[in-house]
Amino acid sequence: MAEKIGVYVCHCGTNIAQTVDCKRVVDYASALPNVTVAREYQYMCSDPGQELIKKDIKELGLTRVVVASCSPLMHEPTFRRAVEEAGLNQFLFEMANIREQCSWISENKEMATERAKSIVGAAVKRVEFQEPLDVKKVPVNPNVLIVGGGITGIEAALQIADSGKKVYLVEKEPTIGGYMARFDKTFPTLDCAACILTPKMVSVGQHPNIELLSYSDVTGFSGYVGNFTARIRRRAKYVEEEECSGCGLCTEKCPVSVPSEFDCGLGKRKAIYRPFPQAVPNVPVIDKDHCLYFTKGVCKVCQKFCPRGAINFEQKETYIDLQVGTAILATGFDLFDASKVKQYGYGRLPNVITSLEFERFSHASGPTGGKILLKNGQMPTSIAILHCIGSRDTNFNEYCSRVCCMYSMKIAHLAHEKTGARVYEFYIDIRAFGKGYEEFYKRILEEETTFIRGKAAEVTDVPQTPAEKGKLVVVAEDTLLGIVRRVPVDMVVLSVGFEPRKDTIETARIFSISRSQDGFFLERHPKLAPVSTASDGIFIAGACQGPKDIPDSVAQGAAAAANALSLIDRKEVTLEPTVAFIDEKSCSGCKICLGLCAYNAITFDETKKVSKVNDALCKGCGVCVAACPSGAIEQRNFTDNQLLAEVESICAAGK
Amino acid sequence: MESNFEPNIVGFLCKWCAYTGADLAGTSRIKYPPNVTPIRVMCSGRVDPVLVMKALSSGADGVLIAGCHPGDCHYTSGNVKTIRRFKLLQRMLTQFGIERDRVRLEWVSASEGERYAQVVENMTETLRTLGPLNWNGSKEA
Amino acid sequence: MANPKAAFYWAASCGGCEIAVLELGKALVDVSKKVDIVFWPVALDFKYSDVESMPDKSIDVCFFNGAIQTSENEHMAKLFREKSKILIAFGACANGGGIPALANTTTKEQIFTRVYKETPTTDNPKGVIPQTKVQVKEGELAIPEFYNTVRTLDQTVDVDYSVPGCPPVGEQVTAVMNDIVAGKLPPKGSVMGASDKSLCDECKRVKGDRKIKKIVRTYEIVPDTEKCLLDQGIICMGPATRGGCGAQCIDANMPCRGCYGAVPGVLDQGAKMLSALSSNFDAESEEEIEQIASGVTDPIGTFYRYTLARSLLRRTKA
Repeated sequence: MAEKIGVYVCHCGTNIAQTVDCKRVVDYASALPNVTVAREYQYMCSDPGQELIKKDIKELGLTRVVVASCSPLMHEPTFRRAVEEAGLNQFLFEMANIREQCSWISENKEMATERAKSIVGAAVKRVEFQEPLDVKKVPVNPNVLIVGGGITGIEAALQIADSGKKVYLVEKEPTIGGYMARFDKTFPTLDCAACILTPKMVSVGQHPNIELLSYSDVTGFSGYVGNFTARIRRRAKYVEEEECSGCGLCTEKCPVSVPSEFDCGLGKRKAIYRPFPQAVPNVPVIDKDHCLYFTKGVCKVCQKFCPRGAINFEQKETYIDLQVGTAILATGFDLFDASKVKQYGYGRLPNVITSLEFERFSHASGPTGGKILLKNGQMPTSIAILHCIGSRDTNFNEYCSRVCCMYSMKIAHLAHEKTGARVYEFYIDIRAFGKGYEEFYKRILEEETTFIRGKAAEVTDVPQTPAEKGKLVVVAEDTLLGIVRRVPVDMVVLSVGFEPRKDTIETARIFSISRSQDGFFLERHPKLAPVSTASDGIFIAGACQGPKDIPDSVAQGAAAAANALSLIDRKEVTLEPTVAFIDEKSCSGCKICLGLCAYNAITFDETKKVSKVNDALCKGCGVCVAACPSGAIEQRNFTDNQLLAEVESICAAGK
Repeated sequence: MESNFEPNIVGFLCKWCAYTGADLAGTSRIKYPPNVTPIRVMCSGRVDPVLVMKALSSGADGVLIAGCHPGDCHYTSGNVKTIRRFKLLQRMLTQFGIERDRVRLEWVSASEGERYAQVVENMTETLRTLGPLNWNGSKEA
Repeated sequence: MANPKAAFYWAASCGGCEIAVLELGKALVDVSKKVDIVFWPVALDFKYSDVESMPDKSIDVCFFNGAIQTSENEHMAKLFREKSKILIAFGACANGGGIPALANTTTKEQIFTRVYKETPTTDNPKGVIPQTKVQVKEGELAIPEFYNTVRTLDQTVDVDYSVPGCPPVGEQVTAVMNDIVAGKLPPKGSVMGASDKSLCDECKRVKGDRKIKKIVRTYEIVPDTEKCLLDQGIICMGPATRGGCGAQCIDANMPCRGCYGAVPGVLDQGAKMLSALSSNFDAESEEEIEQIASGVTDPIGTFYRYTLARSLLRRTKA
């Protein structure tokens, strides 16, 4: 029996109608074989628009529906729901994208209309071959995996754990806290970072619903929404976490001293160390590369002195598998490497430091006990803060790192407070967009900071005048005055921008998520779904999604938690049934497909001598379908017949 | 060759990267020649060479296969299979006398709207110069 | 009741299908007692005019082998369609074009230049090329026209059944003939004398992981007789070829070359084999993949050896 197809061409206001002659498309569709009715309407996605479809299904007995409007990535779920409500299986519906990939890309009305006809024709031909499919419902595991224990991960973890669900918080470093633990004060309130962070860190460490896996990373992630398996590598700390009381005696006694990463190499730590005193968990780790026992087979002083016998040199790295229903990635960022911009002399000229190094100097527990000091041990009398290092720069990163203007001004304030030095800010624009930010800018202006509008061209130690001798000279064009200035200072602070972490590529691969042009994780929609990804059940939050300050990071951490909880509380999720299936009668047992599945979803039945697809594991990529030389594998809703129908229609339309 | 020849290109775009990137080009209102009619597939690895041959023999002037960049495939390695098939298919199509530029494999990520527009523009221009394929015209007795 | 009438014809072919029938031996003698053979150029002395004078549909079954490459082939195809109740495309050439269809990778002009002018032993100083007509003093002589593009039988006339193979294997031919004589006919358009699965289904070799690091030609190695040839790097068309032939070539330690044509439901045998083979290239980078692909020195000849006329593209660009 012939199908009865309904075709609905949406105007989308003027978005489509302005360029595509919808009436012509409707006329064209009406004349296609098996099309019972073709209509046009202003906004098909609206209630009256959807009613049109439902009415026609009921009254005209439509067996297939095509809506020509926006992208299926936009409204496919909307129309599928509408069609189901009218009693027609949602997979007997197809969308023709005549907006994002037609009306919006062409100014030539004739060509756009012809293209729209071609697209609609292909959808009409395809939908005839579509068959009803049942969605699969799967239960959702209420456990949540959170990767990254910075402020974002901590926020998400506490929200979820407080709701009663179990959280696995995996952190690469020996302690949680992230970058925020290294800051001195935070803008615009000048809160002490540690004061607001450490209580939260302690809550995480003590929360009955949070299992903190520190000094660990995710090496594998498989499964599907609601049912993921995460493989975690627990690196050997050589200290038994349950035994250690955090007394710190081992650290005191250790004879080896090396540069501290936490202090940007400006201070020292021992071979057995905690990154900072308020570390959570408050358990030291042994740095194998510098420990005398591991490198030379001697010492073991820490073990000798440990009152709890917590040191275990035989401890091994282990792998564990966790079953979770959702994952939140809060892996944070890296700072731009200032040595790449040679003209500022970072790494070459003394007293050219980065913003983070300034934070460490300023921090009471930092390498200088909170004093801002030059290499020669004296306090600077003048400091230049250079904005946009590595950001807004076609040579490095084109994006703005969002936080640097504010932290630069914070540094200016701290510099005034601690040194009384003359402070210069070399800026391009001042971005003070947040709550209290503009007011903070005003305050810094009032503190007599000198703002020079011009990105610094170079920092040099070659003097041109007696006043410049022994100083670092910042050369910049003052664009407001219209002259090139040379400003001699004692210390230069480079406001380095944010970058995606180096391991972002690997992480993206493990979790099968995409990255944006700039390398940060890609959100599902920049406005409407900023913490979701295209992969159901995997969320992103904080700086790993893009540069942002602490308020926004916390907001995203909470948002991701809400998303995860929403999924969990649904109790079950639906899986797209667009999986592969093998027709046993056609399968010749050639095994061509077996090795092609990235998810090991295909197995061989030795008795029947045919291959089988496990549709719980199949993710519906279609790779095996294209390879099968017997044509025995088909992909539901992407069958050969359906795709061939589209090809034939498009080719015919071009004639 | 007619001076107003508009190449008819069949496109196979993977949902996760290329199709989303193509949507982004539209959302950003980038203008480019509308000569590619996209067929959505879940992965570029779904593209069977049979589909490409069908397009070429049915009147298409060119075929564009667009997927995720190597290493970024949503299904881990689907696009690797695409490359494998494409390389051999290219050899065979060259033997058939079909110009290399008529069947292209391009990587377009979900955030590369600009790039998608450029790929299509580039391909359309090249095919305008090459002229219509008219494959059916070759099957004379 | 009169015996059913049967005819055999060879168009552009090698004669192998005729030999396949002859090799039935004693079984053929038995068949010939139940059937009246009214036309069989290789064995009996009937003329075209005999066929032309037969009433329409008077031949019960015609086994037509060979591809359509000349106007004579075409004429006889149409003639036998008129005169036969059942027309069977017999053998690889009639079904897919066979080896003659490889002429679709070149042109009539190039073939004639090669054959009549360039081959080393040809002595043709005046460069004479055959023409379809020539005037001699007795009148006009005509020979068939040679076509540029080889076609299958069903691209020329309506065909009732297909019997694939180069040639179709003996047991299958006997079975087909017996079925026809007994009136046991499947639905029109069916393939007779073959399996509905690919050769892999009946091949006894052990199938390994199919990962191909390098493609080797049959003369480059002495293949292990237990392991699948594909796993050893030899291109065996088995996975993409209809079975039913008993995998005789495989037993002789040679790869299947695809003469039984595509598996049912597959639109294009060559493209499918290309996909199946290349999907399993054991390489990730473009360079390595290109390296392995370069081992297929003649893609059309390898993947479409017997089915070029039936493929989607059918011939190289004219």
